[in-house]
Amino acid sequence: MSDAAPPSPEITDAERAELRRHGILLTSIEELYNWGRSNSVWPLQFGLACCAIEMIAASMARFDIARFGSEVFRPSPRQADLLIVSGTVTKKMAPQVVRLWNQMPEPKYCFAMGACAISGGPFKQGYNVLKGIDRYIPVDIYIPGCPPRPEALLHALVTLQEKIRGQKISGRGAPRFLQPDAACDYPVPEFGAHDLEPPKNPGVWQPPALVRKEGA
Amino acid sequence: MESPEQIRDRILARFPGAAAAVVANPGPAAQHSLLLGADNARAVAEFLRDDPGLRLDFCSNVTGVDWPDREVVETARVSTPDPAGGPPRLTEAKTRRLEPGCLEVVYHLYSMALKHGPVVLRLRTANRADRVELPSLTPVWRSCEFQEREVFDLYGVVFSGHPDLRRILMWDGFKDHPMRKDYVEPDDYEWEPTPHGDVLAKARRHYPAAATGKANP
Repeated sequence: MSDAAPPSPEITDAERAELRRHGILLTSIEELYNWGRSNSVWPLQFGLACCAIEMIAASMARFDIARFGSEVFRPSPRQADLLIVSGTVTKKMAPQVVRLWNQMPEPKYCFAMGACAISGGPFKQGYNVLKGIDRYIPVDIYIPGCPPRPEALLHALVTLQEKIRGQKISGRGAPRFLQPDAACDYPVPEFGAHDLEPPKNPGVWQPPALVRKEGA
Repeated sequence: MESPEQIRDRILARFPGAAAAVVANPGPAAQHSLLLGADNARAVAEFLRDDPGLRLDFCSNVTGVDWPDREVVETARVSTPDPAGGPPRLTEAKTRRLEPGCLEVVYHLYSMALKHGPVVLRLRTANRADRVELPSLTPVWRSCEFQEREVFDLYGVVFSGHPDLRRILMWDGFKDHPMRKDYVEPDDYEWEPTPHGDVLAKARRHYPAAATGKANP
């Protein structure tokens, strides 16, 4: 370290741990706020297909999602923080899923659990299956598997907690619900003559653009 | 249980004007079926249900089959005698004809009372476009109701006499019949890493530069 560098105004983690060893607890509003939020992520009691069975197993005593503060499956979207899209989303069901998402208050998070919720899975070529719920709502964590094990759901939950703990509560890095101009309402698709109208929300999802490498 | 031929003969004896034929199944299952005419289908169904020797009181399954229009090539061998007295010349004459398609509904019947079955019934529409009406067998077997609605939804067969003929899987404003062979699905393709067949053709259309013949280099 050169002499010209100014001393950091923030206290480092090592210094904070040193103080904690001496019985002095130092924290910030941001850390306290995120710590509280990350340990009370309440999922919506909502299942679509076989992945929901794994979600139920994760909430039971053997896997015990209560260890992470998420055992309170809320029967109302008004009280829920987390939408676990667990299973095949048919085109007939998709407007209801988006409507549930709109009814949840911010801050809210979404898991796409299993191959069907991510991309349509084995039913991708079917006429009645949505090719991934991320066409309409923003997904925080994708859980691969068919169906994923309950441990995979717990891993996704821990990953979400890490994501929440890393969020800023002010400034440009603030999450969606703390930005005054961010939209919290997502358009609900309508039943069209041949498909859902619109087939995707372009603000959330675009089909992948392939870049062809030279010489590949 | 009686064979399909015996059942057909009894139907023809009971309903002299009715159309009934046995459609043979050449596979190892040898599950031959009865093709009924649409006009007398309701009366024949009631006969099959109430006849004391059959008592087919349970319809376990209703499904549809789409037979599109197809071109049939028939080869006929014609032998022309040689005027010089040699062996006759054999020529093959090929005739092409268009066999019109139809929509078919298949019913699987069992008897709970006599513990036998299945008896397979087939009904065919006149064509695939505008004459797609068939008599509903829901008044005869109550269990047909939802399955006939499914055939109506996915194949477009209109069942006259059905108590509640609405779409059951797709939404009410939906226009297509997805299980027909000529159904065109909405074009919402996205990239797949190992496309082949129809998916490869779609990939070439959507990503012309990237989707070369090599699917997975």
